[in-house]
Amino acid sequence: MFLSVLHENVGCASRLRRAPREYFMTKNYLSREEVRQMFLFMADRIIAAEPILSEADRHLGDGDHGLGMARGFRAVKAKLESGGSEDISKVFGVVGMATLSTMGGASGALFGTLFRAGGKALEGRATFDSAALADFLDAALVGIMARGGAKPGDKTMIDALHPAALKAREVANSPLSEAALAVAAAAESGKEATKSMRAAIGRAKALGDASLGFQDAGAVSVTLMLEALRDYILGQAERPT
Amino acid sequence: MKTSKKIINDPLKCADELLDGLVESYDGQARKVGERSIVMNHLPEGKVALLVGGGSGHEPIYHGLVGKNLADGAACGDIFAAPPPNITLEATQAVHRGKGVLYLYGNYAGDVLNFNMAAELAAEEGIEVRTVLIWDDVASAPPTEKHKRRGIAGLVPIVKLAGAASTLVRSLDDLERLATKARDNTRSVGVSTLAGSIPATGEPTFELAPGMIGLGMGIHGEKGVATIPFCTADELAPKLLDLILGDDLPFEPGCSVVLLVNSLGSTTMMELLIVQRALKPLLRAKGIQVHETLVGPYVTCQEMAGLSISLTKLDAELINLWDMPCSSVCFTKM
Repeated sequence: MFLSVLHENVGCASRLRRAPREYFMTKNYLSREEVRQMFLFMADRIIAAEPILSEADRHLGDGDHGLGMARGFRAVKAKLESGGSEDISKVFGVVGMATLSTMGGASGALFGTLFRAGGKALEGRATFDSAALADFLDAALVGIMARGGAKPGDKTMIDALHPAALKAREVANSPLSEAALAVAAAAESGKEATKSMRAAIGRAKALGDASLGFQDAGAVSVTLMLEALRDYILGQAERPT
Repeated sequence: MKTSKKIINDPLKCADELLDGLVESYDGQARKVGERSIVMNHLPEGKVALLVGGGSGHEPIYHGLVGKNLADGAACGDIFAAPPPNITLEATQAVHRGKGVLYLYGNYAGDVLNFNMAAELAAEEGIEVRTVLIWDDVASAPPTEKHKRRGIAGLVPIVKLAGAASTLVRSLDDLERLATKARDNTRSVGVSTLAGSIPATGEPTFELAPGMIGLGMGIHGEKGVATIPFCTADELAPKLLDLILGDDLPFEPGCSVVLLVNSLGSTTMMELLIVQRALKPLLRAKGIQVHETLVGPYVTCQEMAGLSISLTKLDAELINLWDMPCSSVCFTKM
């Protein structure tokens, strides 16, 4: 049942619908420079989503999640605009340090850990392909679970990240553009599923049943990030070469 | 709905600018360190250090508790956000005098995550760090799950006692023991009648139905665990006191306590005093002796309306610590 929902969603990506099939090209990997550009693209998306993310947090937390995310990704932009790093792992490391040292709060430690721990799994890679996406999400998930102590079902960012990581592993041999579509859809389904979860950790846990019906703001952010990754890759793929 | 009319500059720079202002009000006794910490000047070599910290926006705590016989330093986060590990590490390095550092802060997921990362970084530099979490809010979890309770205004007497201890003790072990005792002897509960707002957005931190009071509301504006109809001060005072006295810490007849009646921001001194007036006979009737009463805004959440009461039970050892003079912007005792 769960998997069939995921597959339905894969077909719904608006970019694909809009792109005439004959112009659609697959994209197999991102270069180091494209990874940097992808994070700049992601940063703009997150900064623009500040009100949405804060609103999502207001139901369960104190309504400042968007501020923290925007603060973190403004720092990411500042760091990455000044130039690239020598390898892909280091680009992720720069994103991790920028978010960790500027966001504060639980989300600073956790999103910092996401990119730092996930980025370490990419050491030695010259390109970012579907296998790299799977390795990144696996390592990020392990790092975040160790740091924060939450598990799937606790109504946290993990509930978007965990299905995304599982899907990424499943499609690790597909072209990156297809994998990114499937992974973003898996995160989206996971995010939607947090609506029916009771918060079991963090500030929202005190709400108990009152947390039902609202989606977790961290899961919303994870989904936004993976959708930004997808849209950047599809944008690259659609560009006739 | 944007409701705030705050007298500020850049809404995104509030935490930095308030810290600059705070440092200025220490007139040279304390200085800004690193990105966003405040540390006392002239800390003696060999002193066991006490570091507090947390999100900004709750002034005068935490950074207002940096002072003589109080905290040696504070690591300050952005508004309502835990300080990131690099800020806490800078503060840790600045207060360390060779005998280790005790982290004393409120039990919130973000603070715990970030302070633990800072402690790991400090350990890599050979600085020993211990942690005592403040969890005084009886409304946030049952007594069997204290590690899930939030830290609220009870942090003021706890930091006062730990600060006094930090100037007397010779080891981090002793400071950890006394801070833990102060924490374990403190209970608080709060109510809210209206949300504060986030400076950067002007948005209220939560919604509360008109005519209702949020019982057990946290200082970050988290929703309360119960919503009760609006009532008078005389009706509210025994409700609050019963929540504290009904918890697992016995307040026997004859025991001495510190009573703190704290405003969450916009609740006036008038209201606090009217609640205070109702509390004192109730305490007297139970034979509880108030050693000292603190009334005022110590732990706030911007212009949030509401108040909290805290009781700290003092034994002979804690009374000695309590009676030591101390001075800071937030709390001075002669």
